[in-house]
Amino acid sequence: MNVLEVRGLSKSFGGIQAVSDVSFDLGEGEFLALIGPNGAGKTTCFNMLNGYLKPDRGSVKLGGRELIGVKPRRIWRMGVGRTFQITETFRSMTVLENVQMALISHHRETGNLFSRATRMHVDKAMSLLETISMADYANRACSELAYGDLKRLELAVALAHEPKLLLMDEPTAGMAPSERIALMALTAEIVARERLSVIFTEHDMDVVFAHSHRIIVLNRGELIAEGTGDEIRANPHVQEVYLGGGTVFENTGATADA
Amino acid sequence: MLEVSNLTASYGGASILNGISLEVRNDQVVALLGRNGAGKSTTMKSIMGLVRQKSGSVKYDGVEVMGRESYLICRTGLGYVPEDRRVFTDLTVEENLEVGRRDARDDAPVWTIERLYELFPNLKERRRNLGKQLSGGEQQMLTIARTLMGNPKTILLDEPSEGIAPVIVEQMARVIAQLKSEGLSILLSEQNLHFARLVCDRACIIEKGQVRYDGTFADLDANPDISSQYLAV
Amino acid sequence: MSFYFAQLLTGLANASSLFLISCGLSIIFGVTRIVNFAHGSFYMIGAYVAYSTITTLDFGILGFWGGVIFASIVVGLVGLLVEVTILRRIYHAPELFQLVATFGLVLIIQDLTLAIWGPQDYLGPRAPGLDRAVRIFGEPIPEYDLALIVIGPLVLAAIWVLFHRTRWGVLVRAATQDREMIGALGVNQAWLFSAAFMLGAFLAGLGGALQVPRESVNLQMDLSVIGQAFVVVVIGGMGSVTGAFVAAVLISVLNAFAVLLFPQISLVLPFLVMAVVLIVRPYGLFGKPGSGHGPAAEPEQPMRLMSKGEAGLLAVFVALLALSPLFAANYTMVLLIDLLVATLFAVSLHFLMGVGGMVSFGHAAYFGLGAYAAALGVKFLGLGMIPAMILGPIAGGLGALLFGWFCVRLSGVYLAMLTLAAAQILWGVTFQWQEFTGGDDGILGVWPASWAKSNQAYFYVAFVLCLGGIWLLQRVAHSPFGYTLRGGRDSAIRAEAIGINLKRHQWMGFTLAGAVAGLAGVVFAFSKGSVFPDTLAISKSVDGLVMVLLGGIHSLAGPILGAGVFVLIEDWVTKLEFWRFIFGVIILVVVLAAPDGVAGGVSRLRGLFSRRTKDGEAAQ
Repeated sequence: MNVLEVRGLSKSFGGIQAVSDVSFDLGEGEFLALIGPNGAGKTTCFNMLNGYLKPDRGSVKLGGRELIGVKPRRIWRMGVGRTFQITETFRSMTVLENVQMALISHHRETGNLFSRATRMHVDKAMSLLETISMADYANRACSELAYGDLKRLELAVALAHEPKLLLMDEPTAGMAPSERIALMALTAEIVARERLSVIFTEHDMDVVFAHSHRIIVLNRGELIAEGTGDEIRANPHVQEVYLGGGTVFENTGATADA
Repeated sequence: MLEVSNLTASYGGASILNGISLEVRNDQVVALLGRNGAGKSTTMKSIMGLVRQKSGSVKYDGVEVMGRESYLICRTGLGYVPEDRRVFTDLTVEENLEVGRRDARDDAPVWTIERLYELFPNLKERRRNLGKQLSGGEQQMLTIARTLMGNPKTILLDEPSEGIAPVIVEQMARVIAQLKSEGLSILLSEQNLHFARLVCDRACIIEKGQVRYDGTFADLDANPDISSQYLAV
Repeated sequence: MSFYFAQLLTGLANASSLFLISCGLSIIFGVTRIVNFAHGSFYMIGAYVAYSTITTLDFGILGFWGGVIFASIVVGLVGLLVEVTILRRIYHAPELFQLVATFGLVLIIQDLTLAIWGPQDYLGPRAPGLDRAVRIFGEPIPEYDLALIVIGPLVLAAIWVLFHRTRWGVLVRAATQDREMIGALGVNQAWLFSAAFMLGAFLAGLGGALQVPRESVNLQMDLSVIGQAFVVVVIGGMGSVTGAFVAAVLISVLNAFAVLLFPQISLVLPFLVMAVVLIVRPYGLFGKPGSGHGPAAEPEQPMRLMSKGEAGLLAVFVALLALSPLFAANYTMVLLIDLLVATLFAVSLHFLMGVGGMVSFGHAAYFGLGAYAAALGVKFLGLGMIPAMILGPIAGGLGALLFGWFCVRLSGVYLAMLTLAAAQILWGVTFQWQEFTGGDDGILGVWPASWAKSNQAYFYVAFVLCLGGIWLLQRVAHSPFGYTLRGGRDSAIRAEAIGINLKRHQWMGFTLAGAVAGLAGVVFAFSKGSVFPDTLAISKSVDGLVMVLLGGIHSLAGPILGAGVFVLIEDWVTKLEFWRFIFGVIILVVVLAAPDGVAGGVSRLRGLFSRRTKDGEAAQ
């Protein structure tokens, strides 16, 4: 069964059609990349999936339940985790405390006035940090972390409430090539183990072709192509509006085995 | 010629640069490579006088500019294009260019709005639009054009390909080639090695705030262990 | 009908002068991001200088307008001096510092004006040539009002041309968005800022000078106009000149008609309009969310529990305090009670600001609500001390519950402005509702129960309540609720993305801080035996901000230290003649010299010392 079903999603801003009539499905355990030129509507699309924007028309169903009109924090409670293009963490807290906060919220304990927050859900938080190999960093201040580590921390935070679906907005933006591959390999491993589904947007074509099972391409708000890496790479329309001559990314033709 | 020697910088107590030395000769395009957090952006900001806690020496055409205010550094002929674009979103394209305008100098190519519109035709179409109405690629072009309005001799270009569609990156590569042919020298920080290879003469790899490699791309290719150690491609 | 038209014209004339002062404030905020409390003081200087020039040089029409322009230029130069000597050094400081520094200026200018012109009010001459009234639809309209109605839009048009048709204007607008970037593009932003600040001050001076024929020139002009100007700027949208004009017209015209129905409304109406506008448009009519390129905040370290040594030190200090009635003099007891009250107030404000990230310019509202609730309970219900004391935190909490609902919808400087508005509304009510609150005369006879009459006994009441309140808030700061607030302060986006209803938590945090401030208020009321409207005035709120700032915002112990230092300084300084001046200078020195507060200064000294000793050991 499909985890997510998107039908006829449309949104315009002041007369400009940002997203028009976009439909796609996402299967269980699937890694779906959303690509396209700047201003093609990727971010708009993404923000409609996670509840930050309300579409003009269309529907988004998660396991059969409608997400349109639901607040972002409720969507999170329905089992959708997310990471941000520019990392968003609690800077004045330690790595461990960041994960603890997600667990405290998951257990609906944020109204508790008298327990010591730092003593709550320590074991579970540590085990989450182990899955991203950051247990050694548990007591480091978040503000001291390198960018790549912050990205991994966001992943642990996103996994804290055992989501069914993960939305990652440009997960490797601002990272060096090696870190990109490592982060996406880690994500792929966790996704396979937990049977998660992932939608991510990305500009690094090496990452897209190496890790996505399927790719959808947006241009001027419309879905112009959908398929595997090889199909997308060979699509002349996509080449014209987005990929160009292929001189600025690895163009070997290797794709992830889905 | 831009000569940086033994540059150190820190933010809130954490040291980011631990003695960077590099040079950009006239008519050269030098790539500044390295992982995220290696110190590429901080190097550029320090050269431009935008980082407060720093030491070392930055000489431009033999004149020490270290410790000067950034507007004075700019006036010596150094232009800076920041990584996060920082277009003035409430100003029109033309007003953005006006902010960057400075008098022509004898020793650098002279740019007018008309010449820049030839280089970036998209901007001409959108010259009455506000900065915030531009797409990411157009904003990137606008920041470059805005810096060129100051008629610099050397520009520091911080990650111009970040977050830009591959077609636009290719267009950017053509622009950089043209700037070079006009006689500009460029220090270009990049994560995208393919792009850097297309446009740069020399590579300078930094890691943990120090220069680990400085040489040609050919030599870099001949020593795959260097790129695997510091860039891990 | 004609009466209403006349009323409309009066409203428009008022709008012009309100616009002149507000647009300068808006320009200064837009370019420098500084909320300039001293803007009302510039206005006041403009009025005084214009008065003196016009009355000394009695040249008729030329003398009048010459005097107005001369006064505006003088104020512009004063602004330039202030910018170059003080503000230029604190552009990178957090907004709290800037606000407190400009409040220091308010105090200094107040005393300087007092020293130069003396305490008496001056009635200015009418404008020569415009000193009669014309009849419009049979109603007499002062000619001077008509002139003002013309001057406002003229100034608006001139500013528009300056900002949109000159290179300087384009640069200023660019600087408004990203000051670092224009520096990197070769623009000397320092002089750009100075010029913008000078323009803003010039306009304030012009506003003040033009008021001379209309109202008396006095020492209360500064703070009475600044509240209104803040409101206009916030309604119009911070940084928008057009917005300031529209807002000034809106408020003045509404006010001109509202006073016909409720004569007392003029103190409260602007703040009500502001609350309504901000709920519909959170950034004001023409405002936009601020850009992300403010000063980079120093990374804050995670909270930790006290070490054994620190806990021991604290225990000794508390024990000494508890035993102090045995050996301290009567006067010291009074001082210690003041200290306890101030500390609790500062801690509650710090909880809101430091933990919750909500900067409040009007925290005194809840302090005053607590004090008044207790006093009214004694006066009208004949309550004893204990029941009245229970009423205090409840009133503070309920007030914060009401106003907090509006405030947490906003963030940053807009939130701060709305808290100020809330406090001003309450102040207006207590000041004007003579029958109920006693107005300016306050409420007397709020004495403790007979067993707590002596200073020593009442000290223990204050000791238990204040330490209890402080303990409560420290405990909450370490709880999941406190962490949730801190998380929301660090990243609201992240908080929402892990399922937290941040607004609701902030609302509850606001209420809790209000209730604790209310508790401080009742302890205060019974220690003085009376309450007056100044318990919820702007200056009381600023006292709290100064205490938090003195202690340093990043540490939970900060407000305790800050309140201690503040009470001691206040006790010493207020005995002197020009104490405002001295106090203002102290504030400026602290802001310029110890930007991380007294606590930060102490730890820096300690760091320096330990490094020295280490170096010394290494040398040996």
